[in-house]
Amino acid sequence: MENQRDPSGKTPGQGPLLSLINKIKALVKTIFSSSFKIGLVYFAAGLVPALIIGWLFFPALLYSKQTQPMNFNHALHMDPEIVSEIQGDTETERCLYCHSFRNDGTFTGIPEIGVCSECHKDDDFPLGESEEEELLINEYVTNKREIPWLSYSRQPDCVYFSHIAHIELGKLECTTCHGNRGKNQVLPAYEKNRISGYSRNIWGKKISGLKKDTWDSMKMDDCAACHKEKGHEENNACFTCHK
Amino acid sequence: MEKREGHDNKYGMVIDLDKCTGCGTCMVACAAENNVTVRADESDKERSIAWMQLYKIDNGRPFPDTEVCYFPRPCMHCDEDGRGGHHSPCVSVCVATATELDPHTGIVSQIYARCIGCRYCQAACPYHARYFNWWDGYSSFKPFSKGMERSLSPEVSPRMRGVIEKCTFCHHRLMRAKTKAYAENRRDLREYEYITACTEACPARAITFGDLNNPDHMVSRLIKNKNTFRLLEKLNTQPKVYYISSKEWVRKLADNYLPDQIKPVSGNDI
Repeated sequence: MENQRDPSGKTPGQGPLLSLINKIKALVKTIFSSSFKIGLVYFAAGLVPALIIGWLFFPALLYSKQTQPMNFNHALHMDPEIVSEIQGDTETERCLYCHSFRNDGTFTGIPEIGVCSECHKDDDFPLGESEEEELLINEYVTNKREIPWLSYSRQPDCVYFSHIAHIELGKLECTTCHGNRGKNQVLPAYEKNRISGYSRNIWGKKISGLKKDTWDSMKMDDCAACHKEKGHEENNACFTCHK
Repeated sequence: MEKREGHDNKYGMVIDLDKCTGCGTCMVACAAENNVTVRADESDKERSIAWMQLYKIDNGRPFPDTEVCYFPRPCMHCDEDGRGGHHSPCVSVCVATATELDPHTGIVSQIYARCIGCRYCQAACPYHARYFNWWDGYSSFKPFSKGMERSLSPEVSPRMRGVIEKCTFCHHRLMRAKTKAYAENRRDLREYEYITACTEACPARAITFGDLNNPDHMVSRLIKNKNTFRLLEKLNTQPKVYYISSKEWVRKLADNYLPDQIKPVSGNDI
């Protein structure tokens, strides 16, 4: 970046083109000057904390954490050697034992207390030894009270979703959208978006929105991408899923 | 119009004006079914939202020749004209693709989450079937509507202010019927398995609902009646709501003909 003599021999600053060249030269010089390097440090000093706040602290602020009213051990109930009543060849069939369809095809979702009390009915002879079961029987089954579960997968109000269309017709597994919930021993904390009021599972745990597994997020784009992949693009008409 | 092949349906409605008594049950049933909002003061009917609107028309003659007819008006679910390119007026003007003509059901949708509230469709609709939400309907900020959200149907999403809403032929009932059919290992719906709330509620049985593509359905037989007409047929919007009236003046008024105009061949060419 040495100052070069103009080939025409004219002194710099005479023509408009030459003055422009000189300005560019001056700019290049400042970029490599020490004052600019200091500026770069200041810039990074602003950018890096802003990114840390945006990607780490903001998500923590955005979502409120609530614990479920009691724990439920999915893994224990899904093990046919421990709970012999819940049977089925596939995992989906075992899920459907409690999360069942009604006769009119609608999905029950989180089961009502009546499903729990089919087995957990006698407070004198609990089926297990856990404190959770004691709580279930004493607090909810005996009083015939519903457990106020917090639903991880509740979609926004404008969304219509038919489980039976996906399970019976589409032959999807529960895990495709819900993940390995059946293997959880402890229910995770329910995280609610403080602005929208939706569960964090809709957007997904990753704030960047990048997904690795099919169950990482449950947004409209995820539904549309799967419909396209499975060759059911006609189901991406708005009124199929919006109500 | 060419018949759609295969499983594709074309849902439509036939309203027998000779049977309609003007009781307004269809309006009430519709509003309750579809979470249509009310205001604290509903006396200004110009601003009321009614997906199913009931009009009263008369033949304009003095007593004793006066005749009155009541006219229930849902969304007409206008179709393509069969010559290509021409869509329902609202669908063709929507800038946000918030309203679409479903080729599988013939139902014109309205997606509230997508509507930007430009009201272009409202201006385009020749039937005044579209309504704009100037206010939030069910809001906890409004004292009069406190607790009213508990009366809402979970099958229809309530609208926020700033969006257009209209009759959807009770689309959630179609979904409900489909879900039930899937549970019974069927793909096709039987007649009357999916009917709108107004059809179900009409005490005079003036409204019939069904698949216009299915010749076995009652609606397909009813539209062959020589007294069948559609509203503003000359606009070629191909409505899927048909009316039956034995009165000549009603049929003439329905197409808004000027005194010197002659009504062309009625639209029974479907």
